[in-house]
Amino acid sequence: MTDDVMTGIARRDPRKEWIARNRLHPEHDRVLAELGKGSAAAIEWMGPHGVIRKNPHTAGFIGPSGLKRIDRSGLQQGGAPSVAVRARQESRRRIDIASPAFLVAVVPEMGGGRLSHHDRDLLGLARQLADADPDRPGAVLAVLFGGYKGEGEGEPKERALGEAGIDRLLHLTSDEYEGFAPEARLAALAAAERELAPRHWLLPDSPLGGADLGRRLAMRLEERPATGVWQLEADATCTLGWRCTARGAAGSLDIQRPLPRVALVLAECAEPVSDTLHAAEELTLNVELPANLTRIEDLGQVAVDPAAISLGEAEFILSAGNGVTDWEGFHHAAQCLGATEGASRVAVDNGFMPRDRQVGATGTWVTARVYVAVGISGAIQHLQGIQSCEKVVAINSDPGCDMIKRADLAVIGDANEVLAALVDLVESRRPQAKRGESRDAA
Amino acid sequence: MQPDSRPFEVAVLVSVGRHPLTGRARRADHDARGLELALGLGRHLDRLQVRAVHAGRHDSGNDTALRGYLGMGLAELTLVEQPDGADVIPALATVLTRSPPQLVVTGSRAECGEGSGLVPYALAERLGWPLVNGVVEVESIDNGVATLLQALPRGQRRRLAVRLPAILSVDGAAPAARQSAFGPAQRGELAPLQEAGVIDEAFAEWTFSPARRRPKRLKIIKATSARERFKAAAAKAEGGGGQVLSNVTSEQGAEAVYKLLEEEGVLR
Ligand SMILES: Cc1cc2nc3c(=O)[nH]c(=O)nc-3n(C[C@H](O)[C@H](O)[C@H](O)COP(=O)(O)OP(=O)(O)OC[C@H]3O[C@@H](n4cnc5c(N)ncnc54)[C@H](O)[C@@H]3O)c2cc1C
Repeated sequence: MTDDVMTGIARRDPRKEWIARNRLHPEHDRVLAELGKGSAAAIEWMGPHGVIRKNPHTAGFIGPSGLKRIDRSGLQQGGAPSVAVRARQESRRRIDIASPAFLVAVVPEMGGGRLSHHDRDLLGLARQLADADPDRPGAVLAVLFGGYKGEGEGEPKERALGEAGIDRLLHLTSDEYEGFAPEARLAALAAAERELAPRHWLLPDSPLGGADLGRRLAMRLEERPATGVWQLEADATCTLGWRCTARGAAGSLDIQRPLPRVALVLAECAEPVSDTLHAAEELTLNVELPANLTRIEDLGQVAVDPAAISLGEAEFILSAGNGVTDWEGFHHAAQCLGATEGASRVAVDNGFMPRDRQVGATGTWVTARVYVAVGISGAIQHLQGIQSCEKVVAINSDPGCDMIKRADLAVIGDANEVLAALVDLVESRRPQAKRGESRDAA
Repeated sequence: MQPDSRPFEVAVLVSVGRHPLTGRARRADHDARGLELALGLGRHLDRLQVRAVHAGRHDSGNDTALRGYLGMGLAELTLVEQPDGADVIPALATVLTRSPPQLVVTGSRAECGEGSGLVPYALAERLGWPLVNGVVEVESIDNGVATLLQALPRGQRRRLAVRLPAILSVDGAAPAARQSAFGPAQRGELAPLQEAGVIDEAFAEWTFSPARRRPKRLKIIKATSARERFKAAAAKAEGGGGQVLSNVTSEQGAEAVYKLLEEEGVLR
């Protein structure tokens, strides 16, 4: 089949088509290439009845076991899986709410400068409230305090926040909101209330984030908040049109009540937004925020002995496996980095580490934000234990091991040498004063 | 410092708790920890006066629970009498404004009723005092400023200085309360104080049921082809797109790890 350039009519060459179907024909490959318009060996071409034909013999690749494998997902032709990722993002429906009927304000906790799972669930819930009436859609307003840290190579802020379902953004980055600053934050939220008057205020009922701020806000707005909310249903008889179920009495009661303006919401209250992309358009407050007279002063975090923190609670774990031989060096590194020590089962069974430090299926399920696996191969029993870790760093001499596949950053090299280099680096970079202090403590 | 004639006054708000398994009335865990914290202030102060305050009704059902606090070493417990179903905040605010202490210590939430943990916040707003939640230790009290340690998640601590008078709320991270001794508990006195009650009407309109187990979240797989669905169902944990540094010196590797740790802010 060749296109006649002059007339635009598709012309068929039955002989070539016949050769293309007969893969034993000596000219088969050449003809296929011709029909596939130049690609080395055609994988697809238009058949005589206008149906797409595929040649399974030229498709695919030889798998690791020597068998031929055909990837029908279409990924293989595209080359890199990143294409699939991009396609998925592009397939998100773009939604711009130009003139919202009302606002749903959300104050995410932003642990570590990015949206947590709890925040994403909360934004999913906010979308339910905002999108309930398709004719009069509301907009989700997020009030963020402090700096925003993007994922990996600096994904644009609007994109990441838009994917989480945020239409409008109020980003307050001044220093006075850093650390424990409930008074300054409360003043900012009160200003947002005066200026933007959102219909709902949603905060995560989490110790670090909204549990404290949300209760303060509710009292300032003279609202009686619902705390520990985990379910919402539409109910026209209520003032705001919603009824909620909240946990009460230390988690032993379910309270059904009309949804008030301020709600503190538990994790997994709703599914996070996954198929739309919102504008995350930045707003600013017109009023100058008054300088606060603070009666609470944050004197900074206190050094807590990392070894005293239980493994399941630790935020930063340095974990040793069978690849570690220099145990003195490992303990020194953990102390120097201020990390809690963990271990794989082999390290424990061999008697180098105590049993309560074992990470994994038969040890502790850890929740660390940063997990550094030193000389750990990444057996499935071990990987189970680190499922909920955010960032995994692997230091291993074997580039093919499973831990490397799981890791966000992998360094191929000798564990003991890399650890020693890391310790040197940390000690040389640490400010002079602090070094003296830690020596005093030791 | 305070003039020596006047002792440092601390009011501890205590409620009636509920044992999570037997459902029997007991001293509430967080409130007892709060009382423990207040009693421990004696280390920093020459003259300390701790006053425990309970707002509610006193009957045979909660007598042992309230006496549990007396058994921690108090001679008396102020009982602000309130009818059933009353909102205790107005009554507590009145009592505290009438004879203001320098410090109010509360638990972070009650073990029965709404248990929303709003009492300290409502009082702070009414009295206009600063409030610190999750306090685990009072390190010092000096010149009307208290230095505190606040619990953060993951076993971390933060040091705060707060101007007095202030409200501190205490949760499960604070040191455990001492045992309640039976003899002193029986000898201690419940000193009643009449206070007008404001009935909490909204509360009466809500419906209550024992906590239902929350549905487990299902993994929602948005796949367009059978192969993707299969892959998702049979997936092994994979990071995907992690950065792999091979053929680097250990110094370069360490540098990369250091950068990540610094970005995450875990190095201190
Ligand atoms: C029922 C059951 C339950 C289990 N539960 C657990 C559990 O809870 N937790 C757990 O951890 N395991 C558990 N295991 C054991 C698990 O299957 C693995 O055997 C174990 O995790 C492997 O530990 P490892 O990675 O330290 O050792 P190895 O598998 O020996 O891996 C050592 C790694 O170190 C690397 N290495 C070696 N020398 C160096 C060097 N000089 N520098 C850098 N890298 C080096 C190697 O390349 C290798 O990747 C369980 C097993 C069973 C059967």
